[in-house]
Amino acid sequence: MINISEVSETNDMIEKENLDVRTITMGISLLDCIDSDLDRLCEKIHNKIYESAKDLVKTGEDISREFGIPIVNKRISLTPIALVGGAACKSSADFVRIAKTLDKVAHEVGVNFIGGYSALVSKGMTKADEMLIRSIPEALASTELICSSVNVGSTKTGINMDSVRLLGDIILETAEKTKDKDSLGCAKLVVFCNAPDDNPFMAGAFHGVTEADRIINVGVSGPGVVKTALEKVRGENFEVLCETIKKTAFKVTRVGQLVAKEASKRLGVPFGIVDLSLAPTPAIGDSVADILHEIGVEYAGAPGTTAALALLNDQVKKGGVMASSYVGGLSGAFIPVSEDQGMINAVEAGCLVLEKLEAMTCVCSVGLDMIAIPGDTKATTIAGIISDEMAIGMINQKTTAVRLIPVIGKKVGETVEFGGLLGYAPIMPVNNFDCSNFVNRGGRIPAPIHSFKN
Amino acid sequence: MKRAIITVVGKDTVGIIAKVCTSLAEENVNILDISQTIVSGYFNMMMIVDITERDADFVKLAHKVESLGTEIGVVIKMQREDIFNSMHRI
Repeated sequence: MINISEVSETNDMIEKENLDVRTITMGISLLDCIDSDLDRLCEKIHNKIYESAKDLVKTGEDISREFGIPIVNKRISLTPIALVGGAACKSSADFVRIAKTLDKVAHEVGVNFIGGYSALVSKGMTKADEMLIRSIPEALASTELICSSVNVGSTKTGINMDSVRLLGDIILETAEKTKDKDSLGCAKLVVFCNAPDDNPFMAGAFHGVTEADRIINVGVSGPGVVKTALEKVRGENFEVLCETIKKTAFKVTRVGQLVAKEASKRLGVPFGIVDLSLAPTPAIGDSVADILHEIGVEYAGAPGTTAALALLNDQVKKGGVMASSYVGGLSGAFIPVSEDQGMINAVEAGCLVLEKLEAMTCVCSVGLDMIAIPGDTKATTIAGIISDEMAIGMINQKTTAVRLIPVIGKKVGETVEFGGLLGYAPIMPVNNFDCSNFVNRGGRIPAPIHSFKN
Repeated sequence: MKRAIITVVGKDTVGIIAKVCTSLAEENVNILDISQTIVSGYFNMMMIVDITERDADFVKLAHKVESLGTEIGVVIKMQREDIFNSMHRI
């Protein structure tokens, strides 16, 4: 039977080390809602989401209450709307109407975010894809809970540079349209390479077309737990360090697996995956950068950071894989800047720059995430940064993403406050040397060769 | 059998165990195991209880037990056992 020290260990993780389940995300397929009439489409979408997710929030709260584990977010991910709306939408404004329908139903069922205002254009854009992408600024400015993502490349298809170039403009336009809220709209827009179909984390969650009708995916968290465990092995060698991370990741993931199975049972929706992630929050002690510090670098960004992050990411996966029957999503350590107090400190100390972050994304989950840049950054420069990050994903067969926030009216040295889980961020300098001749070429970067790995 | 873990943490005073046990008896909840330590004046107790009969109204029962904690000045928490089994048993 369970003993008192095990009970204390679990409850200390929850109460003192910020262990939580970051999200229960219900994936809902909207393929059966497709209609050529926009009114009927919106009505079908509303009804399907409402019927599927009306008990999601209450179920999450019940599980949280009964097991004593905080479940921070309850979310919905949807079939990419560009596919669903293609038959009915004749203009970008039509897509915005779908966005408003989604926002309304998200409020009705009480979820924190609804993702899937997305287009998958890794090889080419259909008319509908392009209309959706062009509607993103207005959709994000006129709704509250919508999250949007665009997959612009993959290892199998290469990178669609036309869409990368377009998104440079779209990100700036979104920033401009939400400038009264410090360009918050851009925090809800992610550009992906190799986007997974089953990611439960926002802003990049969507319900892939290869998925079942409905599914429950869970994202765990727990940087604080890993950091506390590592404090106890200070000065020990890499073997001890790695074993400690693995064991801790195992325990954290087991909680996610339990919550996922329980939610699946109570909602009568199949269990999809657990996303093994170290997702930080602005709360003190809930930081991936603090783990890197504990491993031995003064601040995130110091020499050794990429190696430390690589081992952290790998051990989290090794420990987590055995703890869950199905693993998927983004699975790894996240390094968002604004959502991680240790990362913010590293930027403010002058230790962490965009280029180092780019290197770090080669060995961990996701990419350039929640980075505030000056509002006067050129669209071509943003497209150039995106293309670099997409190339890392394409060549290394991993998911990479870009979530940049050009904050209109702000310059390097100022800070921006997003509030809540999104945190605050110092504006980071961008390399402004020109890349317009590169990103304006048009067309695609071909898929990479899968041999001669060097 | 469905089981729950009750933890009680707080400053040690007379009658903590008695009050918690009485409250559980009133609710017809059987106690399977109790362990307890005192670390520098702080009372730390864990109980394993049988909730097979009370599975449906777990939240109500937990609320009652936990509000008793507020009355007697300690922190009481009641959780389903599964979370501990998941984390500590393969």
